[in-house]
Amino acid sequence: MKALRYGRPAALLAAGALVLTACGTDNATGTNPDPAGNSASAGASVTGTLTGAGASSQQAAMTAWKAGFEEMYPEAQVQYSPDGSGAGREAFLSEGVQFAGSDSYLDDKEYAASKEICGPEGALNIPAYVSPIAVAFNLPGIDSLKLDANTIASIFNGDIKKWNDKAIASQNPDVDLPDLPITVVHRSDDSGTTENFVDYLSVAAPQAWPYEVSGNWPSDIVAESAQGTSGVVATTSSTKGAITYSDASAVGDLGKAKVKVGEEYVELNAEAASKAVEAATPVEGRSDQDMSLDLKRDTTESGAYPIVLVSYHIYCSEYENQQTADLVKAFGSYAISEKGQQDAAKSAGNAPISDNLRQQAQKAIDSISATS
Amino acid sequence: MSTNTLARRGSGRSSDKAFHLATLAAGCLILVVLFSVAAFLLVQSIPAFQAQAEEVTGGAGFWSYIWPIVIGTLIAAAIAMALATPVGIFVALFISHFAPRRLALGFGYLIDLLAAIPSVIYGAWGYIFLAPLLTTAYDWLAANLGWIPVFAGPASQTGRTMLTAGIVLAVMVLPIITALTREIFLQTPKLHEEAALAMGATQWEMIKMAVLPFARPGIISAAMLGLGRALGETMAIALVLSPGALTASLIQSGNQTIAAEIALNFPEAYNLRLSELIAAGLVLFVITLAVNMLARWVISRHKEFSGAN
Amino acid sequence: MLKVDAKQHQSQLTRNRLPRFALLAVLFPAAIAAAAAATLIGFNVVLWMVFTAVLFVIGAWLITLLVEGSRHAGNRMIRYVVYGAFILALIPLVSVIWTVLERGLPGLTSNFLWTSMSGVTGAVDNRTVAEGTPVLGGAYHAIVGTLQISLVATLISVPIGLMSAIYLVEYGTGGPLSRAITFFVDVMTGIPSIVAGLFAAALFGMVFGPATRTGFVAAVALSVLMIPVVVRSTEEMLRIVPNELREASYALGVRKWRTITKVVIPTAISGIASGVTLAIARVVGETAPILVTAGFATSINWNVFSGWMASLPTFIYYQIRTPTSPTNVEPSDQRAWAAALILILFVMLLNLAARLIARFFAPRTGR
Repeated sequence: MKALRYGRPAALLAAGALVLTACGTDNATGTNPDPAGNSASAGASVTGTLTGAGASSQQAAMTAWKAGFEEMYPEAQVQYSPDGSGAGREAFLSEGVQFAGSDSYLDDKEYAASKEICGPEGALNIPAYVSPIAVAFNLPGIDSLKLDANTIASIFNGDIKKWNDKAIASQNPDVDLPDLPITVVHRSDDSGTTENFVDYLSVAAPQAWPYEVSGNWPSDIVAESAQGTSGVVATTSSTKGAITYSDASAVGDLGKAKVKVGEEYVELNAEAASKAVEAATPVEGRSDQDMSLDLKRDTTESGAYPIVLVSYHIYCSEYENQQTADLVKAFGSYAISEKGQQDAAKSAGNAPISDNLRQQAQKAIDSISATS
Repeated sequence: MSTNTLARRGSGRSSDKAFHLATLAAGCLILVVLFSVAAFLLVQSIPAFQAQAEEVTGGAGFWSYIWPIVIGTLIAAAIAMALATPVGIFVALFISHFAPRRLALGFGYLIDLLAAIPSVIYGAWGYIFLAPLLTTAYDWLAANLGWIPVFAGPASQTGRTMLTAGIVLAVMVLPIITALTREIFLQTPKLHEEAALAMGATQWEMIKMAVLPFARPGIISAAMLGLGRALGETMAIALVLSPGALTASLIQSGNQTIAAEIALNFPEAYNLRLSELIAAGLVLFVITLAVNMLARWVISRHKEFSGAN
Repeated sequence: MLKVDAKQHQSQLTRNRLPRFALLAVLFPAAIAAAAAATLIGFNVVLWMVFTAVLFVIGAWLITLLVEGSRHAGNRMIRYVVYGAFILALIPLVSVIWTVLERGLPGLTSNFLWTSMSGVTGAVDNRTVAEGTPVLGGAYHAIVGTLQISLVATLISVPIGLMSAIYLVEYGTGGPLSRAITFFVDVMTGIPSIVAGLFAAALFGMVFGPATRTGFVAAVALSVLMIPVVVRSTEEMLRIVPNELREASYALGVRKWRTITKVVIPTAISGIASGVTLAIARVVGETAPILVTAGFATSINWNVFSGWMASLPTFIYYQIRTPTSPTNVEPSDQRAWAAALILILFVMLLNLAARLIARFFAPRTGR
């Protein structure tokens, strides 16, 4: 009797478990991975699992890199946890992961700390993911507006309250601006996108934007907010007269601002973004190979779009064993290679890095070595 | 499983002792876990307490940083409890004493379903469905009752306000309160109920005389369980609320809760910021402690009404 | 249960009872007056129904007050309020379930159920949207992960929680230790879920090296959240087991621990099972603690003790938060809602299972 009592639910559970185990598969795309691995000409020595953590901004690109890399090197695997830049850098510095993705390079303190785990040269910051940030708005019938830095800052700090304000109208004489209140939508979470956007505002329009630069929106400004890129885009799309800033790949049908640089208004596109990255200056006090960049937000270079997010891959310059070093070098080279950047752009809609930058980055990755 | 022990007559006492010790060990394990969580929180949050005022987010020291979100947490929980406790108790009463017996089980199951829905989904539901729906009501409140500070306009155009968050929280807390109180209502001694009815009490009077006094401690602890969830709820608030500075108005965007603040900022936090957030978690912990002490005190004052044992 | 409604009393007190049609006679004017009032503000169906309900309750109360007296009026009022509360509680339920069904059902294909997200990139999603083909990639890895993590968390929490509750009710009654445990269990319910995750991550980080992430770490984090709920509800259920039962058992010479396992627990098993189910339901949808403990996996992992593991809540979270393709978020949205639907179904099944178990174990109480 007793056995029967427990038996029935147990049998049900067991049956359920059997059904579950039976037919699940990792082959979601229906492709048949080539068992011979003929594409893996260089991949013989690259084996093992590479673990990374960090910026969620890179997540879409990382998915593409992971797929592309594992196709090239069937013996190797990459796993990446999009915990956030801070968490990624911390895990990297405590040797929990082999590389970090981060929306900002290691600061001086972290760089000093990295020397303890990465050898005398410290860690390498490689810009691998460049994403322009769009100033996007929801005004039916208007695809594009010309705005200078001061106007953008005044809109986002709440000084300009209506879309037909003189400051906007004077720059857009051909556009019929509606008499709508402006609803500013910003990110409610701490993010690299916010940090880069407010950094641009505070450098290019210091009068209108006296606030501290951080990943958090200044708490003095009362505005609507939403979580994550998808959150701000969804809120902006559903609210007429709303304006926000977001990674360009995600803005969809929203109108986009042309930003005034020098004397002209620059449209947002991949080329203009990588031009701005090219104009950046390297950070001082790092190793020769390091590629930490200080972006020039107030650049006057023609055709450069200054509101860009540069996300880094952070590797050690020295790993303890050869296998890891090979793995890191293979992955790092692939991510910045033309193919890698194209793969990512197709998935994530980011801006591929320029050839110039690539050559530098390749040199830096080639310098990675193993201690033993 | 236990037939063997029954056969071995002499071993009764030792198995009794073993069972006692096992339960004791389990109880102590809980204390150990809790104290290690508390120790973990304390150690991790020390830098935030020691930091210079300018270094802390907001630039005015930790306490002025945490103060507004403590109030926000309490507001959200208060709205949720004010809405969910009466409704939860009534729903439990409905299932235990009013609904046709045949259907009562099914109804109970329906309400339990509310507990089954994960908080991410409540969050998504709150901001996709509920918030836009409430904007009209908020506009009306701002226009007609705007003189009350909590309904001060202009109302949020997205509807993602503290009141919306409180309502979502209430929906999440409701099944917890209902499930426990229902079970307790069902355990009311039948004799008490029948005695009340036999004296000519109406059904409500019977409930007032027999059911509620018996269930009072249970109701309070059910409410406390619900409050625990309301205070600590993270994802739903993070998704629904459009956070900002502390405002009295519940129908404007603004306010923030501790749990949501942690969830929104944790991924990008490191060093001092991480300490701040963990310290915020510690504060939440202390709030729960205080609320529970209060509840204990309330229960002990009402002990004489308790019909249990 | 005894029901005291008009019928049973009619024989004795017919002259002071309201006839059935009286309520209809209240309902219609209430509906009309409500319509008028709603029109004044701006007519809509919800407003009209709310007004009708309020007016009807007031009207019914008044008419009962006049005919049957204040006690019966109060009774009637409460009954309507109780019915109203139940309907009010159903509204969000229906609305949430409708939202999830509407958005989740289209994505709930067999492909979604039986494949993981391995190899699904933004480019795949972009192609899907451009060509209008079915969405590729699924939640199988997340389903497997959620089942394992919650199973392990349950295996950890239920014995500990149940035993502690037994200690509290049966052994430590009123002692300082039991009071401390009760109190701190209450406090434990207030641990923010993310803190539980951080704690588990730090604990395992200390023992097994930094950034140790496995399904088991997540299960431990969930246990920290689950144990207090199990203790609290089990304790409540054990407490209301009548003392007469225990005394009768002792009187027959049954040992205390046999009394507990054979008399006390079976009597309360239905409530305990319901409490445990609630506890599982509470943690199974937890996102934050799993985010920091289990890592981020896109392929199937059957081993809780090693390797990163996906789970349904984090799958939903990541699909919404960082869509596979930022440009075309529809496939990710669809996957997220379908996963949400699976999660709800999963907890529903769990609920059902708990009820069946409760029915198997529960003694006949005659209720």
